[in-house]
Amino acid sequence: MDKNYLNIIRSSKLAQFGILLIVFLLLYNLVPHNEGNYFWRLPSLLAFIPIKLNEIIYAALYEWFPLKVWDPIFEMYEEKAAFREFTKSISKGLLFLITFVRELLLGGDKIIDVFVSDAWLKDNDWMTWPALPWTAATVGAFLLGFQLGGIRLALLGGIGSLYVSIFGNWVPSIQTLSFVLITTPICFVLGLSFGIWGYLDRKVETALQPVLNVMQTMPQFAYLVPIIALFGLGDHAGSIATIVIATPPMIRNTILGLKRISPEVVEAGLMSGCTKTQLLFKVLIPTARRDILNGVNTVIMQCLAMVVIASFVGAKGLGLNLKIALNSLKIGKAAEAGFCIVLIAVILDRFTKAWANKQVDYFENLTFFQRYKLLIIFGTSILIFSIIAFIANGYFDKINYLYVIPIEKGFTFAHYIDAAVDWVWETFFYSLNSFNKFLLTEVLGPMKKAYLGMPVVATLTLTMGVAYIIGGIRTSLLVGGMMLFIAMSKYWDRALITMYMATFAVIMASLNGIIVGSIFAQTERGSKIILSVCDFFETFPSFVYLIPVIFLFNITDTSVLIAAIVYATVPATRYTVWGLNSVPLSLHEAGTMSGVSRIQRWTNIEIPLAFPTIMLGVNQTVVFTLQMVILGALIGTEDLGQLIFGALSRAQDGPGVAITLGLFVSLMAISVDVIVRKWAEERKKALGLA
Amino acid sequence: MSPTISCSSVYKIFGNNAQTLLSESGGNVDAKKFQEAGCIVGVNNASFDVNQGEMLVVMGLSGSGKSTLLRCISRLTDATSGKILIDGEDICLMNNKQLIELRREKMGMVFQNFALLPHKTVLENIAFPLQVKGVTTENSIHKALEMVELVGLKGRENYFPRELSGGQQQRVGIARSLAVEPDIWFLDEPFSALDPLIRKEMQDEFLRLQSVLNKTIMFVTHDFDEALRLADRIAIMKDGIIEQLDKPDNIVLNPATDYVRKFTEDVPREKVLKIESIMDASDPHASGEIAVKKDDIIETVAEKILNSKEIIKVVDDKNSVVGSINPSKVIKVLFGG
Repeated sequence: MDKNYLNIIRSSKLAQFGILLIVFLLLYNLVPHNEGNYFWRLPSLLAFIPIKLNEIIYAALYEWFPLKVWDPIFEMYEEKAAFREFTKSISKGLLFLITFVRELLLGGDKIIDVFVSDAWLKDNDWMTWPALPWTAATVGAFLLGFQLGGIRLALLGGIGSLYVSIFGNWVPSIQTLSFVLITTPICFVLGLSFGIWGYLDRKVETALQPVLNVMQTMPQFAYLVPIIALFGLGDHAGSIATIVIATPPMIRNTILGLKRISPEVVEAGLMSGCTKTQLLFKVLIPTARRDILNGVNTVIMQCLAMVVIASFVGAKGLGLNLKIALNSLKIGKAAEAGFCIVLIAVILDRFTKAWANKQVDYFENLTFFQRYKLLIIFGTSILIFSIIAFIANGYFDKINYLYVIPIEKGFTFAHYIDAAVDWVWETFFYSLNSFNKFLLTEVLGPMKKAYLGMPVVATLTLTMGVAYIIGGIRTSLLVGGMMLFIAMSKYWDRALITMYMATFAVIMASLNGIIVGSIFAQTERGSKIILSVCDFFETFPSFVYLIPVIFLFNITDTSVLIAAIVYATVPATRYTVWGLNSVPLSLHEAGTMSGVSRIQRWTNIEIPLAFPTIMLGVNQTVVFTLQMVILGALIGTEDLGQLIFGALSRAQDGPGVAITLGLFVSLMAISVDVIVRKWAEERKKALGLA
Repeated sequence: MSPTISCSSVYKIFGNNAQTLLSESGGNVDAKKFQEAGCIVGVNNASFDVNQGEMLVVMGLSGSGKSTLLRCISRLTDATSGKILIDGEDICLMNNKQLIELRREKMGMVFQNFALLPHKTVLENIAFPLQVKGVTTENSIHKALEMVELVGLKGRENYFPRELSGGQQQRVGIARSLAVEPDIWFLDEPFSALDPLIRKEMQDEFLRLQSVLNKTIMFVTHDFDEALRLADRIAIMKDGIIEQLDKPDNIVLNPATDYVRKFTEDVPREKVLKIESIMDASDPHASGEIAVKKDDIIETVAEKILNSKEIIKVVDDKNSVVGSINPSKVIKVLFGG
């Protein structure tokens, strides 16, 4: 008898999960909730980590490897740490580049000032670089769009920059653009180099994987405090934060692209007599071109998603405007700035994609003028509009509208939005409010309480148990180790709140995504439509999602959760559509011939086969929701995010705390990732799909 | 004259401690034992020569080690042990620089899945080996245009690989491999990815090219009929071992092992055998009006022989009589018995 039962348990995962659940519930209810009981909460043995981290950072900045540096103001040698000099020179270099591009487009004399003395500049006040008039830029964007993708992209570029200009957002938009123009190439070079290195050396790739995993799941906020400590405040700090965020996907894309090259192509290169360098630059990189350029596209999107966050460390531009508007609860203004960011994101996205897919025809028989026709028109029109704008200086007495339309003079629809918000607010106040209240008191409140009432031993048993059943002992120990690391800090309660919010949002987003995805995946047309809708939403910087919800639900957990749900529904939908579309047609036909109904086909054939892929989508929603939940700290929640956000204002011990907390969030995401990936892999193998 | 390619006791064994296992075994490799030790035997003691202007076809099913053998000889993989001489020089001992030099001057290779560079046009793909060698753009494009003409792709110089059919893509692959005018031509299942009609067409094209170019060729295929059609000599491989290496007609007439026999059983003799193999050489002074060559395949001259009323003489390349042929022998080949 006994042996029989054991066998059933061994062979049935369902039975194993059942037993795990029973153990979990027993532990949950039996462990007494009192301080000092280690089954209830672990002692914070690891509380020293953030402090140690801080000490290391400050030691590196002020003590290690002192150098004698000549101070031109005091005219004496000073002892300074080498690391600090190093970070300082990076900051200076970056700031110079950003300012350079900015002045090139907006005009000014700061860059000229670098090369001549202040006094000379004062005496020669004609010596400023003229701004690029928005009229010229609009024509330029139109022509560039035309060159890349015909009339559609031309209209997108032209109307986009016209909109940005006449609504008075020209200056902040250019500030943001100059930020992107400097940051993207740096990410590109770094990502490509590390990607190639990882491709060439297996060991490097193995070492890179976990680092990239952590970097891509760390909340963006967590980087800010250490960056302030190391590099100070300013545009360069924003740029560095963005580089840290946007380089990992570039590395991954490069490795992926290079690995996808068929070995025959490599052999063909070798047999053609390529040297190692020739093989790399003439065969490997060009062949992986599409994937690498997709990486560039991702980098640009990340840069724009980061503009608001970068504004917390002093980056100027649309992000800063949005942040200020949001802080003073000016929804209309925030929406306008947000719309500009989305517009720039969409334009850059379409332009770079068109560029990536463009093939060059080397053998067109063209004369010089035909070949460079557009370039010549481009140059001359910018010149002509600049001259017109310059001449117009005499016509306008105060503001030359041909150069810049300042924000207070531009068109605006902010008051319409404000009015609409007011109207919604007045009309639906009671229903919105009661919905909000219901959700908070009936669903979210109890859920939060349940999470906080979970003894640590129960949590660990549950997570490790699930990991063990799905992935075996190694996965279990890995996940357990990561959870233990969090549990032994003093932030466990906050982590539980983060977990509760993430759990709720992940469940809702996954349900939404699976339903929406399933409905649209029924036809080929529907799939195409929904995938392009997903593309569109993915170009939205995460921050933009917060704008409408705050105004509907105020500053509560509900707002953050709804933003997180909407944000994370995108990957869930996308993967559902992919999964359903990848079910082989022959199985559909086999199902139809067996006489299944439409619903039966969905439940019995499509969903089970698509489920591993769908779960990978759920995996993505975890990362997405965690990002948004942490971002929610900005509008005031009380989880880990708030502490990370709070660390911003505590420069003294902030860096260590921010890194540690960011790491916690990252570890949570990775734990889920490890389990889900393992499960999906095995499931795919079992279904013969891998 | 020394052979262009000369292999002696070439082994290729995949796995971590292949080298030690091989030296322990003393050259007597048992694939099963090696597999237990975690090693896979790719090529097992291959020794053969390929002469100037000869076409050796290496035939074997998938996993037989034929592609591995080819890659050892082009040193795309390093042989575990053995000597591989190209024009008398051991390729295994060459350093990277010498190897690149050798490939740039003497070798060309065609791949199963074409392996064209997707970002380059037909012309640029063909000019690629020349350009990495440092030939000027003008000269390399000029040469590439010649090659385009040779493989019959005129008018498609500026197409990208993705715009071409499989057969056309392989023509580009062939043109690329010939661009540096190599002495040695490696072809790794060049026609396997093509559909049967195109395959036949490409084989004809290939024979035409070879009659013009007269390269030293190693041609890998899993298709026995293809091997028979093209080869001067065939090497049949199984589990890394060359089971038999001989002329096509000899393989059909005298299969060395049961494995080889299985391939030859269904082969129509008249398509393989030459007049030489059924002629009567004891009568070197046969007279008569009609003559056939000793290298003619029986099928191609059968009608001529059977329609004739008189004795038919067999001549060699120089038109001197070497024997005669009895129609009854032809009938025997055609209809068995």
